[in-house]
Amino acid sequence: MTAPPFEDLLRELTPRVLGTLVRRYGQFEGCEDAVQEAVLAAAVQWPGEGVPNNPRGWLVTVASRRLIDQLRSDHARRERESATATEVLPEDVPDTDDTLVLLFLCCHPTLTAASQTALTLRAVGGLTTAEIARAFLVPEATMAARISRAKQRVKAAGSSFSLPDGPEREERLRVVLHVLYLIFNEGYTASSGSRLHRADLAREAIRLTRTVHGQLPEDGEVTGLLGLMLLTHARRRARTTAAGDLVPLDEQDRTRWDRELIAEGIELVKAALAGPTLGPYQLQAAIAATHADAVTAKETNWPQVQALYLILERIAPNPMVTLNRAIALAETEGPQAGLELLSTLDSDPRMTGHHRLLSVRAHLLEQTGDPAGAYEHYRRAAKSTASLAEQRYLESRAGRLRPPPA
Amino acid sequence: MQFLISLHINPAVLDALTDEEKAAIGGGHGAFIEALKKSGELITTQALVDPSQAVVVSVSNGQPVVTDGPFLESKEFLGGFYLIDCEDKQRAIELAAQIPDAAIKGLGVEVRQVMFADGQLEA
Repeated sequence: MTAPPFEDLLRELTPRVLGTLVRRYGQFEGCEDAVQEAVLAAAVQWPGEGVPNNPRGWLVTVASRRLIDQLRSDHARRERESATATEVLPEDVPDTDDTLVLLFLCCHPTLTAASQTALTLRAVGGLTTAEIARAFLVPEATMAARISRAKQRVKAAGSSFSLPDGPEREERLRVVLHVLYLIFNEGYTASSGSRLHRADLAREAIRLTRTVHGQLPEDGEVTGLLGLMLLTHARRRARTTAAGDLVPLDEQDRTRWDRELIAEGIELVKAALAGPTLGPYQLQAAIAATHADAVTAKETNWPQVQALYLILERIAPNPMVTLNRAIALAETEGPQAGLELLSTLDSDPRMTGHHRLLSVRAHLLEQTGDPAGAYEHYRRAAKSTASLAEQRYLESRAGRLRPPPA
Repeated sequence: MQFLISLHINPAVLDALTDEEKAAIGGGHGAFIEALKKSGELITTQALVDPSQAVVVSVSNGQPVVTDGPFLESKEFLGGFYLIDCEDKQRAIELAAQIPDAAIKGLGVEVRQVMFADGQLEA
């Protein structure tokens, strides 16, 4: 789905208009509402009347008026003096790009991930509440309440409208990247409902990550995350059948992969790995690049994938990483080696009954020539997943191994 | 993540409650709904009429057959539900524990993740 041109323009301008307003008037909360109203007004007026000559100025003016109207009515309600102090419209508005500052604010650590993603998509992504609600399959009122609550929390946390310094900046940037990663995944793992709108989220996440990369081109993890997204997004046409069934990596038609995105992604990975630091997104991107390099699944450089997972496991230990390494290990040293590594996860409470552990074990048992064990694990995995597409896939794998009726 | 919190009621247990206890349950649900609305976690909630008003529909030889009464021969029935969208299962459980029914012996509060959703959410 390609958005109409004015929609792309609106989304690009939103954070810049919001930044301008917050710098003029303070109070992120009220400014964000005013900008959202200006964006809605533009979406109604621009298609008919045409995009104004200075769209950014138009949005700043409309948003400022809305904000002042709101301030006046707030004042009136509180029976105070008229709000003369805020009546002056900004004359010349410096076009500073505050996208990063806004991202740090929207991804404030006191917010839940669900609130961070919603607020980021609205205030920085320029999406309307209705669009975000549709993407997350919740009613608009639910999403509106969530965004409003998130802004109250940001306000209560007393955040200033500036980039944090030193180690805090580094820490907060990791949160921003994680939120962008979550938005991308939400679009990528279309588990239910309207697939179209959720795919749009992947596109949004890539667009926002590109913006961050544009502002922080030297940050290896930002570069790595963008590379990871592009290399993953490149497989989107091959990862499901026309009927919506999942196609595992080794069975995908690689001629359907998006070569242009892959080329760009690989360049990003090279640039990221050449830098002085090595982080989890860079490593995941390097793994995705290794897969992208293989013309057929058989030609995959599994020793390299295994080695990269091993480094990832050391710098960012996580049972899911170990699980993925077991798959790579099975490819290089045989399914038994993979199963042995999997058994180290059995005592991890985070993995108890996890459908991924069950399905990988099923897959490796199938390779060792234990169809009964594989059948049993595929069935249990199918029951454990919350994704309908994944469940169909696991049921079909189990179906191939169904024991003959006694 | 979306979860259905289903409320399994037992009419006999409810009948045995005092008027004050019944009012407290009603008030508790009201407060719970308000809190969920404010936090942006409520999708919808509905309560069902008494199970005695249910009918079971089956089709036999192409003809619908309608039988009065609930399907399950049980003391407990589905009384209503909350459909919520929250951070994770742990949060869903935390919310379920705030429902007044959870504190009453004989009533069941069950949490299950949603797997597929479609249709108009805005009634």
